[in-house]
Amino acid sequence: MLDVTNPNYVLMVEGLTVSFDGFKAVNDLSFYVEPNECRVIIGPNGAGKTTVLDLICGRTKATSGNVAFKGQDLLKMREDQIVHAGVGRKFQTPSVYEDLSVFANLELSFPKGHGVFGALFFKRDAEVRERIQEIAEMIFLGDQLTQKAAFLSHGQKQWLEIGMLLIQDPELLMLDEPVAGMSVAERKKTAELLNRIIADRSVIVIEHDMGFVADIATRVTVLHQGKVLSEGSMDHVQNDPKVVEVYLGH
Amino acid sequence: MFSDYTASELGAIFAMQGFAGLILFSVFVLMALGLAIIFGQMGVINMAHGEFMILGAYVTYLLSNFFADYIPALFSMYFFLAMLCAFVASGALGLLVEWALIRHLYKRPLDTLLATWGLSLILQQIYRSVFGAREVGVTIPDWMMGSLPLTDMIEIPINGIFVMVLAVSISIAVYVMMYRSRWGQQVRAINNNRQMADAVGINTAWTDRMTFAIGCGVAGVAGSAFTMIGSTGPTAGQQYIVDTFLVVVFGGAGSLLGTIASAFSISQAQSIMEFFLSGSMAKVLTLLTVVCILMLRPQGLFTLKLRK
Amino acid sequence: MNTTSFKQSFLTPRDMIGYALLAAVIFVIFPLLLEPFRLNLFGKYLTYAFVAVGLVLCWGVGGILSLGQGVFFGLGGYCMAMFLKLEASSPENTAIQSTPGIPDFMDWNQLSALPWWWEPFSSFGFTLFAVIAVPVAFSYIIGVAMFRRRVGGVYFAIITQAIAAILTILIIGQQGFTGGVNGITDLRTLHGWDIRTDSAKTLLYFVNGTLLFAVLLAAQFVRRSKLGRLLIAMRDQEDRVRFSGYDVANFKIFVFCLGAAFAAIGGAMFTLQVGFMSPSFVGIVPSIEMVIFAAVGGRLSILGAVWGTLLVNWAKTTLSESFPELWLLGLGALFIAVVMAFPNGLAGVWAEQVEPRLMKLLRRDSKAAAQTTPAE
Repeated sequence: MLDVTNPNYVLMVEGLTVSFDGFKAVNDLSFYVEPNECRVIIGPNGAGKTTVLDLICGRTKATSGNVAFKGQDLLKMREDQIVHAGVGRKFQTPSVYEDLSVFANLELSFPKGHGVFGALFFKRDAEVRERIQEIAEMIFLGDQLTQKAAFLSHGQKQWLEIGMLLIQDPELLMLDEPVAGMSVAERKKTAELLNRIIADRSVIVIEHDMGFVADIATRVTVLHQGKVLSEGSMDHVQNDPKVVEVYLGH
Repeated sequence: MFSDYTASELGAIFAMQGFAGLILFSVFVLMALGLAIIFGQMGVINMAHGEFMILGAYVTYLLSNFFADYIPALFSMYFFLAMLCAFVASGALGLLVEWALIRHLYKRPLDTLLATWGLSLILQQIYRSVFGAREVGVTIPDWMMGSLPLTDMIEIPINGIFVMVLAVSISIAVYVMMYRSRWGQQVRAINNNRQMADAVGINTAWTDRMTFAIGCGVAGVAGSAFTMIGSTGPTAGQQYIVDTFLVVVFGGAGSLLGTIASAFSISQAQSIMEFFLSGSMAKVLTLLTVVCILMLRPQGLFTLKLRK
Repeated sequence: MNTTSFKQSFLTPRDMIGYALLAAVIFVIFPLLLEPFRLNLFGKYLTYAFVAVGLVLCWGVGGILSLGQGVFFGLGGYCMAMFLKLEASSPENTAIQSTPGIPDFMDWNQLSALPWWWEPFSSFGFTLFAVIAVPVAFSYIIGVAMFRRRVGGVYFAIITQAIAAILTILIIGQQGFTGGVNGITDLRTLHGWDIRTDSAKTLLYFVNGTLLFAVLLAAQFVRRSKLGRLLIAMRDQEDRVRFSGYDVANFKIFVFCLGAAFAAIGGAMFTLQVGFMSPSFVGIVPSIEMVIFAAVGGRLSILGAVWGTLLVNWAKTTLSESFPELWLLGLGALFIAVVMAFPNGLAGVWAEQVEPRLMKLLRRDSKAAAQTTPAE
């Protein structure tokens, strides 16, 4: 049985399994994330990377297994409760509210007024405005606050979504391909941004770009067919013959 | 409430109501098949589906008059030609509608609903102007009149049997088309992944148009069959649209078998309850049950669990 | 950048001009220009505007298309009609019936006592409560059942439509309790005050207009609150909202109940002004027509909903008086046109075509023309 109170880990995933009509997309998966760790998950397409994040944040219901976050059993919680517990999630394709301004996008993620009546009587006070300004500057959008999100570039939308997570100040941040579709310059800026924000929280990142992974990763987990193939430092997994086999073998 | 009847009377009642239910079932199946293709496979809400059906009914009415006036010798067989013409007429109208309206709205399902509702109003008014507001009936060929006595208490009408046979054959035809033909494979491929289907060389625009047209054509045949058991008026289609959508949704959109199973359970429930309650209460209870079940199980009766 | 510029205002000067214009038309121009019969007719149209405003919030802003708003309009209207009917069915008025003191249609259907659930409606206080509470409770049940299970989009539309159909069949079938297909008719007085006179109808018109403005401002408040922006966010990226820590279903339930409450007020005012309520305002056809009122006005515009309702109904009355067959064709074409060519309705045409030209004309100033409406 999982000891959910172990203080050495922020997130513990044990024996996690999900099957879709018999197909096991994630199969008896276990891994542990420490405080302030940046864990990168890599693996070939269809390895189950995104599904793992979906399971942790409650988007997909697990068939069996345990997911514990700071002593709380995430599998028994609703999506919004998981967010309030301190888990933030960025999607693979940038999902921002295109019809709203950058300011409103960030405002909706501000961790206050999440009930129906809280939202109805929510006030944009000085604290809210300053915090939004601060985050906007962090994600290089300080002078774009009145802009409709639809008019941002692809890379700016990715930043905006990261900003929407930052304003929640989650203890565990999960990012699904944060630099996909970005230019080289944008990637550098993003790596810089991530290095700044991972300083005081735990992060799980799914990424394909190996240079980028080497830049940010504390530990790397390689998934293959829903299972952990290899785990350890970047050097360790790169030299693991099993990993080489999966990536180059066929 | 059963104490007034003897056991054999009760048996006969259930058999007769069951049979009435089977006719209702056939009607539901015929109506729902076209919708199951259009809504289930393409995700398009066609609120004018009933009007496509009525077009088939009016085509049958016209042909019945034509045969009676000009070629009475062949009158007993006119119905088969009428079904074919109904299919072609409704299908052609379907082609036109897909080209003019539906293809612009594939990404806006709620708007499709409103636009096709507008279309249904226009068609209703056209029917009213052309055929008059009163309901019209066709002359049924002699061989379809009368009924077969099964026992001395149970009789089954021949036109009812005919409609049932028709429902079964069209179901089989649609099944073969959807699951055994190359075209059906393409339709399902598009339903699963439009971009991929495009990329592997399926002409998605043309397949969409044909799917819509065939769905409408099947509705036309349903309308044609409908004339055998009832009369046709300009607003007859609208009266069935809610039932038909519920049948398809209840069965689980995308599942042909589900559509048939749900048509069966809804029609049987309704016709058996009709004997004990007033017609309107039977309908209220049936629809209410369906809606409540759908609230508990929104995906319908038959669906696969899929990875999102 | 100066962050104080992000202070939200619930009414911008531009909004205020719009509201003032509508108020002038409803409270001054119509009463001055129209004879009492026509004024009452426009009062009837305005009761539909309550529904259309609710649809703007649910459908335009929140993306939830309900095809069963007639249910809530009807429930509100029936609650009011039951009260008025009981008052009209005093034992003196109904002395010729075999059971005096009960509504005439009950007597015709061989009922000999008032059903228990009619009893509380002899109290006006209870009736006012029920006008809102019954439809809201009903919409709450539907909302919880559907939104908690994440039913949305076309499924929600179809199921609400089915509910409208069921309620209509039920009302028509149970004529001893509901008045059947004719509805509850022959309503006369409210606490002894005859509502059939011209002066009463004029007063009711103003009451109706005032209530409509209260509803419009409430809708405006919701629209401009964070909840309003959340509804837009949910419509476009439901998952993102959910994973920003919101329980999405609660917000949908809220806006659906709010729309139901608006519709119910409209229904009650309809009964008072028109003097009857019948199942023909409950079913599929009226429900979907109410959607077209909102669509013609502009599905995102609260004020547009009122203008759209007035325009479509005025056209309907004018056309169907002289060319009844043309009306259905016109309405059908309107549905198609508004979807294909003008998805933002009158409000869209106004904001994109009329207003920029008007501005140019008024100010003859290049800055004014370049001014764009900032995003929310």
